[in-house]
Amino acid sequence: MALLLEQLLNGVQLGVMLFLLAAGLTLVFGIMGVINLAHGSLYMVGAYAAAVTASATGSAILSLLAGLVAAAAVGMALEYVVLRRLYARDHLDQVLATFGLILFFNQGMVLLFGRQPLFVDVPEALQGFVRVLPGIDYPVYRLVIIAIGLMVAFGLYWLIQRTRIGMLVRAGATHREMVRALGVDVRLLYTLVFGLGALLAGLAGLMAGPILSVQPGMGEQILITTFVVVVIGGIGSVRGALFGAVLVGVVDTMLRAYVPGLLREVMAGSEADALGAGLASMGVYLLMALVLLVKPRGLFPAHA
Amino acid sequence: MRNLWRDERSWTVLLLVLAAFIPVVAPMLDSPATTGLATRIAIYAIAASSLNLLLGQGGLVSFGHAAYFGLGGYVVGILYAHWSSGDPFLGLIPGSNDLLVTMPLAILVGGLGAAIIGALSLRTAGVQFIMITLAFAQMLFFLFVSLQAYGGDDGLAIRRVAPVLGMNLRDPATLYWICLGLLALWLFLMDRVTRSRFGRVLAGVRQGERRMAAIGIRTYLYKLVAFVIAGMGAAMAGALMVNYARFVSPDMMHWTKSGELMVMVILGGLGTLVGPVLGAAALVGLEYTLSGLTEHWQFVLGPILVVIVLFARGGLMGAVRRIAGPPALHNAQPLPPAELPPAKPVPESAAHG
Amino acid sequence: MAEPVLSVQHLMKRFGGLTATDDLSLEVMPGELHALIGPNGAGKTTAIGQIMGEIRPDAGRILFLGEEITRLSTPARVRRGLSRSFQITQLLEDDTAEANVALAVQARAGHGFRFWRDASRDARLLEPAGAALDQVGLPPARWNLPVADLSHGERKQLELAVALATGPRLLLLDEPMAGLGASESLRMTEVLRALKGRIPILLVEHDMDAVFSLADRISVLVYGHCIASGTPAQIRADPQVRAAYLSEEEAV
Repeated sequence: MALLLEQLLNGVQLGVMLFLLAAGLTLVFGIMGVINLAHGSLYMVGAYAAAVTASATGSAILSLLAGLVAAAAVGMALEYVVLRRLYARDHLDQVLATFGLILFFNQGMVLLFGRQPLFVDVPEALQGFVRVLPGIDYPVYRLVIIAIGLMVAFGLYWLIQRTRIGMLVRAGATHREMVRALGVDVRLLYTLVFGLGALLAGLAGLMAGPILSVQPGMGEQILITTFVVVVIGGIGSVRGALFGAVLVGVVDTMLRAYVPGLLREVMAGSEADALGAGLASMGVYLLMALVLLVKPRGLFPAHA
Repeated sequence: MRNLWRDERSWTVLLLVLAAFIPVVAPMLDSPATTGLATRIAIYAIAASSLNLLLGQGGLVSFGHAAYFGLGGYVVGILYAHWSSGDPFLGLIPGSNDLLVTMPLAILVGGLGAAIIGALSLRTAGVQFIMITLAFAQMLFFLFVSLQAYGGDDGLAIRRVAPVLGMNLRDPATLYWICLGLLALWLFLMDRVTRSRFGRVLAGVRQGERRMAAIGIRTYLYKLVAFVIAGMGAAMAGALMVNYARFVSPDMMHWTKSGELMVMVILGGLGTLVGPVLGAAALVGLEYTLSGLTEHWQFVLGPILVVIVLFARGGLMGAVRRIAGPPALHNAQPLPPAELPPAKPVPESAAHG
Repeated sequence: MAEPVLSVQHLMKRFGGLTATDDLSLEVMPGELHALIGPNGAGKTTAIGQIMGEIRPDAGRILFLGEEITRLSTPARVRRGLSRSFQITQLLEDDTAEANVALAVQARAGHGFRFWRDASRDARLLEPAGAALDQVGLPPARWNLPVADLSHGERKQLELAVALATGPRLLLLDEPMAGLGASESLRMTEVLRALKGRIPILLVEHDMDAVFSLADRISVLVYGHCIASGTPAQIRADPQVRAAYLSEEEAV
């Protein structure tokens, strides 16, 4: 029971990280119509900027700021230089150009920081455990991640539903010409939306640093899962992204926790562990395939 | 034959004939490694050309084509493993190290895999289609990573391959000629298929599903058949690759491999016959050259890809066309309207043969 | 009395709060050229979409040659002999004009699972395609140009040729004259006049000269509802129509 609750919390925590990435990705999909494979690179940039700042200054606040600023700045620069030329192109061109960007960013990180993973400590204030239920201790840091993720979700909801920018963002997705006719600088709006997505990706990256290792290619591991989230949730829908992210996070964590154990009942230990890990990795893709077969546009299609 | 130099088919034949001399010329130029490089190019050219049937003809952006490449490879690898251990596969199918047995099986399995994945994926379209094909490929990737019996992450080595019709596959030149011959056969097949009635429907799918419905064509089955043909081609290439590298691992179906195959198609020229071959040659050659210069060659390759996508539409074949003049008209070209050659009526004899 | 070729009964379609088709009923009789007119946004194109099965109606029935087709897919309807042209041309832009028509001929001929013979040299496809292109008056010198190189008027002709090549038993034409110059419009009117009587036609058109010179019967659509139906003379005299539509048109 205790283990189940702990795994559930781990699943929600993974879900929250996925949501931070998926929110930006789904907005960029939904509004600009662009598939951005390099979204994972922004996550990596955030993680590296925070890790390097932390080890140089020892300050958690500076490291947080560095991660956010670096990801947002690189994101906006990327939009300005490359992505805005892809808005009118077909998906194939978008996939290829951003595939090229991934190669560039991953190898760039190798050039700058080497192939060895960087390890980041949990900030001192957030170390330790907290008793969530009698007999169950859970790391403070992971709870903070969950809290931040939920705050971002509420913040985004407020931004999109209640503010003028949000109104433009919603209108921009369906009535691009109308927004332009209102005298809004659509290009600037796009750059800002892209920057916001990059900021959230950077936030996910810098928070992931102390949990996972910071290394080149870290973005793609999570990026493909994020795509699964976006497609399950319905492209363009932030609500769908939140729902899909938590679903995928929990399903993935539960499968990893329990499938090897179940397999060990029927086969040798080491083979069961390997096959179990493989089957657990396949789980979220299977989930996505099932969802798409029932609802080809995802659970919460944005423009139903 | 009036348009000899403008007709892609004569280009292709000339290219293949010249390529056949590589194992003869390479030792004279004191670069014996060239034959191996050319073998890799020929193998990737088959895989890229099979993907081109989906991307270029049907407009179906499949982001999981490496799955069939890897499936083909694993059929050869797994049958070899069972041949060398002596236990039949699943207790039923005896192993084999004979390419004449393993390759047809690889093609069959690749086609079957494509039929299953395609039947499910083709229910979606657009971004969802791209992602679901990627997802299925990832599933297969993780499946093979987790199969400890077949080496898991580390893959399988293939040590002793039986001669094929008396030809020794360990001889680089022999293996190269086999690959080149199969490439020629595959391109001939692709040329026929794209010009056939089936190919016309597929080109229609790319250009307007709505129009296809309005003339009474249900497109699903056509797309599925294209998927299966492409899967078989990729599996054949995968089987050859395993014979060349004497090794198979889950890396063959990694998503970056799917990306590389797409890059080859675009680099060479989407929807053209010889484009994927040029694209494979360019990418393999570029990787080889850049990696000889710097360990960080991807840092250079990435931006090159971006620039090509942004500014060099039509790929290498597009460049060839701009130099050689307008194409023969029955080669449907997915160039953007702005880049189409100016209107010029072609004498009827040229179009009707 | 003869059976109608097409019978649309009490068709309803809403998009959100907007009623695009409001209890629409109409019939097309054998050999008849039935024109559907109405101000912009009256729901004419939506009606054609529903008859073709591209849009699913919320209520109502569609009968074609006595058979209910309300729930059939678009390809299934085309095989039964329905064919449409698009207001905004939907052509295969990279292909030649001839190849566009040949593909429609191929679709009518049955399945296209033939992988070997070069379809661009197949006389069984090219001859009927040429006949359709002749019928719409596209000169042979233009047949082998990619669609992207054709003029707007030629594309409208080609759109009609593709619709004809499916071997229709009823043609639904969505504004075949839209965007044409005066002389092109006249030529298209003559093409339609030559078709009239041989194939029943449901014609959506804004060019009133063409409509009143061609139609056997005219139905007037306003806000998705048919407010009047009758001979050109009856429609011209109908006060309701004049109020709702013709006067407005003249005022513009």
